[in-house]
Amino acid sequence: MSDDTPVSLLEVADVEASYGPVRALHGISFQVQQGEVAALLGPNGAGKTTTLRAISGMVRMRGRIRFDGHSLPGRSTEAIARLGVAHVPEGRGNFPTLSVADNLRLGAIVRRDQSSVAEDLERCYQAFPRLATRRAQPAGSLSGGEQQMLAVARGLMLRPRLLLLDEPSLGLAPLVTRELYETLARLVREQSTTLLVVEQKANLVLEFADRAHVLEAGRIVLSGTAAEIRADEGMRRSYLGY
Amino acid sequence: MSRLRRSWPRLLALAVVAVLAISVPFSFPPFRVSQFTLALAYAVAALGLNLLIGYTGQISLGHGAFFALGAYTAGIIMAQTGLPDLVGIPLAAAITFATGLLLGIPALRLRGHYLALVTLGVAVATPQLIKRFDGLTGGTQGLAAGSLTPPAWLGLAQDQYLYMIALVVAALAFAMAANLVRGRVGRALVAIRSGEISARATGVNLTTFKLRAFALSAMLAGIGGALYTYAVGFVAPESFTIAVSFVFLAAIVVGGLGTIAGALFGALFIQFVPVYTSGVNEALAGVLYGTVLILFMYVLPGGVVGLGRRLLGLVSRPRGRRSEEITTPAEPEPAPRKAAGV
Amino acid sequence: MARLVQVVVDGIANGSVYAALALALVLIYRSTGIVNFAQGEMAMFSTFLTWGMTSVGVSLPLAILAALALSFAGGALIERIVIRPVEGRQPLTLVIVTLGLFILINNAAGWLWGFSNRGFPSTFPDGTVGLGGVRLGIESLGIVGVLLVVVGLLYLLFQRTRLGLAMRAAALDPVSSRLVGIRVGRMLMLGWGLAATVGAIAGILVAPRLFLDVNLMGGVLVYAFAAATLGGFDSALGAVLGGWIIGVSENLAGTYVNVIGSDLKILVPLGVILVVLLVRPTGLFGAREVERA
Repeated sequence: MSDDTPVSLLEVADVEASYGPVRALHGISFQVQQGEVAALLGPNGAGKTTTLRAISGMVRMRGRIRFDGHSLPGRSTEAIARLGVAHVPEGRGNFPTLSVADNLRLGAIVRRDQSSVAEDLERCYQAFPRLATRRAQPAGSLSGGEQQMLAVARGLMLRPRLLLLDEPSLGLAPLVTRELYETLARLVREQSTTLLVVEQKANLVLEFADRAHVLEAGRIVLSGTAAEIRADEGMRRSYLGY
Repeated sequence: MSRLRRSWPRLLALAVVAVLAISVPFSFPPFRVSQFTLALAYAVAALGLNLLIGYTGQISLGHGAFFALGAYTAGIIMAQTGLPDLVGIPLAAAITFATGLLLGIPALRLRGHYLALVTLGVAVATPQLIKRFDGLTGGTQGLAAGSLTPPAWLGLAQDQYLYMIALVVAALAFAMAANLVRGRVGRALVAIRSGEISARATGVNLTTFKLRAFALSAMLAGIGGALYTYAVGFVAPESFTIAVSFVFLAAIVVGGLGTIAGALFGALFIQFVPVYTSGVNEALAGVLYGTVLILFMYVLPGGVVGLGRRLLGLVSRPRGRRSEEITTPAEPEPAPRKAAGV
Repeated sequence: MARLVQVVVDGIANGSVYAALALALVLIYRSTGIVNFAQGEMAMFSTFLTWGMTSVGVSLPLAILAALALSFAGGALIERIVIRPVEGRQPLTLVIVTLGLFILINNAAGWLWGFSNRGFPSTFPDGTVGLGGVRLGIESLGIVGVLLVVVGLLYLLFQRTRLGLAMRAAALDPVSSRLVGIRVGRMLMLGWGLAATVGAIAGILVAPRLFLDVNLMGGVLVYAFAAATLGGFDSALGAVLGGWIIGVSENLAGTYVNVIGSDLKILVPLGVILVVLLVRPTGLFGAREVERA
């Protein structure tokens, strides 16, 4: 089914990416609509993280990527962030020796509307109470789940148009993951942020996503609505492992 | 490639250099010959520094201090004792070797920047130390060492005699170094420079080799210093400031870090550049040295010798590029390559 | 007893100069992981710039301000043009590049202003102040005061401003910093500019006492390194305390230990470096050792 609304927020077209001599993406194409929650699924090594890195200008690539009308390839990572793309990477991207509060402030550090940052910080603490109690502690002293929350919260502090999340559930207990996704889904709708999530745990994220794209060995093998993919047992078994 | 085929360019080059070197005292006026003699003295000292920095990666800025030690040894022998003048060379060698060994022990405990720092401090303190022992060293006034008189049966003029002595000493020094570098010791030295973990794995005794390298480099600096005294005939504290250490560093970077021949090119560079630039401005040589150090690190980390090798298409020695380039390939790998979880 | 207090206060004043240059070293080390051997020469050059301006009639305060501004710009440019191409390369390469910078700047100064020495006006008036029965030099007190102000301003910058937070982040983790939009390159330039300015302050403070010539900061650099090593190369507080400790011990040794005397005082910081590295390499306050070559 075609989903070509005239202006997708994010358009990825024929993107190839390599790490040195190793080709990780063999020409992938997909789109993400404004306000959507999109999931990138697939097994380990399929190219999901590489896709996010390509969007953020962190890997050598060919092809076209357009975000909000801007062409991204060739721009520096920081320039892309300044366009409104928040990327919470695999390693979380926290600053372990800095306090929780400083980490959150860093999320908003390039925003023009600095006067609203304090307000956003408070909303963050309300949404993630555990971060509130630990606001003065160094980020490295938090538990894995809390650090993940911090990373996501930091991403949101940018008030991004597009939030890229790389495996937010990694290392988290299922209950914590669910809680995180619920909070995330709520905040994303409140801020009308568009979300692109990379996950291996397909079953959980499909409950929250609108659309999903499945990668394998550097290619997209399936794109569709979350509902379609959840319903397609054959696909699920082959690519998503359940 | 057979050994002969691989080594004929090198042998040819050596032969050409030898012929040129021997013909110098007979083809140039005395003042020029003296300049070449000085260049030879510097070459020996630079060789020592190259062994240390280029092969074992230990950054010592105290080379000037050992150079001074050797120079003053020879100077004191000539000026204050009745011993035959040439005794200065072996004596300088022995004293600097011993000192290098002694100082090398704590130096081994210092890594990278700290070694550079401490040796910088020693080099900065050298003129003061010289002045402090003024009974022996003649203090601020320095020592007039006089000049060597050639034995009559040789039929050489004074400058030619001096040059020949320096040439013989330099040839011996270079031969020893080349032998060292190609042998077991040399391969160990390169292993050390490319990452100490691999050296440890090969069972090479790091401490011994680094210490020996330190002492050897000190000794070569000392011998160079002695030759310097013969050539100049005079030693004074102000000739041995930190600038000396820096100039030697410039020499080996220009010549080629971690190469034997580089020491010779570098020595020629540091001897003759000031000759031509001092007419323009006394600071020009220094400005050139600094600029050259920086630029060579960008574009020519292998120095002149490295460039020459590339131009001549010579396959590098069995150890591979590591001998010329100090920057690759031990670079840390960029992050994206590491994780498979993509 | 009064003599002892004077020696100690003078030691703290000297130590403040070492501390200032050490602060510059630490700033650069923390922001770019580089040990800048040329820091002293950059400071010397700035001091010469100041002198040059006063010698054509510019008032000292104005000359100082102008020189500080030029130093900031110069430091930033050096990072961008000289250091950026080799950032991330092996330590040996970086050491050689900064040494090359040392030689270049030293001789450039010699070219522009010659190699002879000259006097340099003191920022502070001559004379002494009586405090609790001891007479203390105004200049000494002034130097310590300037250092404290510099430390205070740096603290405010790094701990209380957005820019300072961004600079700290860029130094801690360039990749994560880029992901939040920080222009890491610009932060590096700022760090070098700031360090150059602090170094210039050190030069301007010490020049009246040592006579201004191209070798003004050579010895001071060794002291500054000792201070940074003692304090822990990544600790600003350590640099300050380290500087003071070295300044005071050097002065005490020079005054009361005859065999050292005033010309071999430089052995004191060398000794300190050796002892610290052999006993406690991270220094008093540092968290990690300077990487080895």
